[in-house]
Amino acid sequence: MRALPVGDRALLVEVSTDEEAQALHADLLRRRAEGSLSVREIVPAARTVLLDGLEDPSRLAAQLSGTRLPSVPPPVAEVVEIAVRYDGPDLADVAELWGVSPEEVARVHASADFRVAFCGFAPGFGYLTGLPARYGVPRRATPRTTVPAGSVGLAGPYTGVYPRSSPGGWQLIGTTDAVLWDHARVPAALLSPGTPVRFVPVDS
Amino acid sequence: MTDRALVVVRAGALTTVQDLGRPGHAHLGVPRSGALDAPAAALMNRLVGNPPEAAVLETTLNGCDLRPRSAVTVAVGGAPCPVSVDGRPAPWGAPVHVPAGALLSVGTAVSGVRAYVAVSGGVTVEPVLGSRSTDLLSGLGPPPLTAGTVLPLGKPYGLPARVDVVPQPSPPAELVLRVTPGPRDDWFTAAAWRTFTTHTYRVSSASNRIGLRTEGPALERAIGGELPSEGMVLGAVQVPPDGSPVVFLADHPTTGGYPVIAVVHPKDLPTTAQATPGTPVRFVPTCTPRGRGERRNL
Repeated sequence: MRALPVGDRALLVEVSTDEEAQALHADLLRRRAEGSLSVREIVPAARTVLLDGLEDPSRLAAQLSGTRLPSVPPPVAEVVEIAVRYDGPDLADVAELWGVSPEEVARVHASADFRVAFCGFAPGFGYLTGLPARYGVPRRATPRTTVPAGSVGLAGPYTGVYPRSSPGGWQLIGTTDAVLWDHARVPAALLSPGTPVRFVPVDS
Repeated sequence: MTDRALVVVRAGALTTVQDLGRPGHAHLGVPRSGALDAPAAALMNRLVGNPPEAAVLETTLNGCDLRPRSAVTVAVGGAPCPVSVDGRPAPWGAPVHVPAGALLSVGTAVSGVRAYVAVSGGVTVEPVLGSRSTDLLSGLGPPPLTAGTVLPLGKPYGLPARVDVVPQPSPPAELVLRVTPGPRDDWFTAAAWRTFTTHTYRVSSASNRIGLRTEGPALERAIGGELPSEGMVLGAVQVPPDGSPVVFLADHPTTGGYPVIAVVHPKDLPTTAQATPGTPVRFVPTCTPRGRGERRNL
């Protein structure tokens, strides 16, 4: 672990893998819940957790230096099931990259246990890990100017669902009617960091 | 019954509803948002008797025209600009009584960029995650105003402040931003840090509520390749591949993949709200990047 100062009120804690980042994030949430950590924002990402709104970042850095990174705890939230039609415009391209049939892409994707590693890009957009490393795919060479809401895409090691229509460069393999973000709902975000997720195939 | 509402007659280039923003949701990808020149917004709220969290209007360059359906007290501040009620000049930076049905006109800024219009009772559009702020990056909160929009107002909180003179900072002729080295300063060459802290940049016309973009000498990377996405703070100075620093403002994305060379002191951010394109920018370090003690392996 490395602690990098970010201005006078924040600390970026860097680890080596996304599993470590998820474990650190869970541990920091636990510390905040039990009252031993006072911070406004805890923002997990690919290899880091940002702590923003700290009274004394250097004191926390010193405290963290005395602790060992815990292992990823079992998910506390219930599994969110997302019904997907595997009918995306990039399904054939992904099948080719994986060296399998389009039906097999759907089967592999729908049998993986996902977890929200972190959120970003747009409210409600989760970066989901869980696909074995060999299924990583590059972003599209030319991003689409419009990706419809509900599109299920792949990029690098991640799966994500677009909460609303926006430009995007992910490889689109399917669509869902799930509402990723609804500010009139509590909670507004269907997915938050740590949420376990499964995709359930449905007929197009 | 009084109809406490404001009708937007002319929306101007970009007028949004802003309050203190919605911090605390960055882990869901929700920007903090809120008034860019927060001290000006807070002062205008005080002048009309509102608490600091009341929502105000933030205009951009050419003001807006509003018609209240009931008598209200308003205060216009931030960027200096002409103010009138039914064509008659009214004071800037002071409480102004606007009768029901009269036209409040907030004119083009004489200097600076963003004027703040506080109305007694505050704008009471439906809050999203505890804030009424318009967030241009993610589209949360009310959309930017358009002619014909009707904005509900709350009940007046109390008496407008009684003041003779309200000192307000002038828009900056030069932006001097104090910076500390960022988490990824080591992704840049030592020469890049020297360039960043000794050359004068200029505010780019591509600046907005998401970031203050600058033009000037490009900053050279010491480490190539891509940085995995990581959390971003307000005031982070991100350097995209073109090498020109971008200072993250209220509507900044919560995570980003370009390295952060420095972080601007929070007290220096409100003045960025009033810096017009072309304004010189200097980044003044408050400590040196290399060999500092705080970076530690845990």
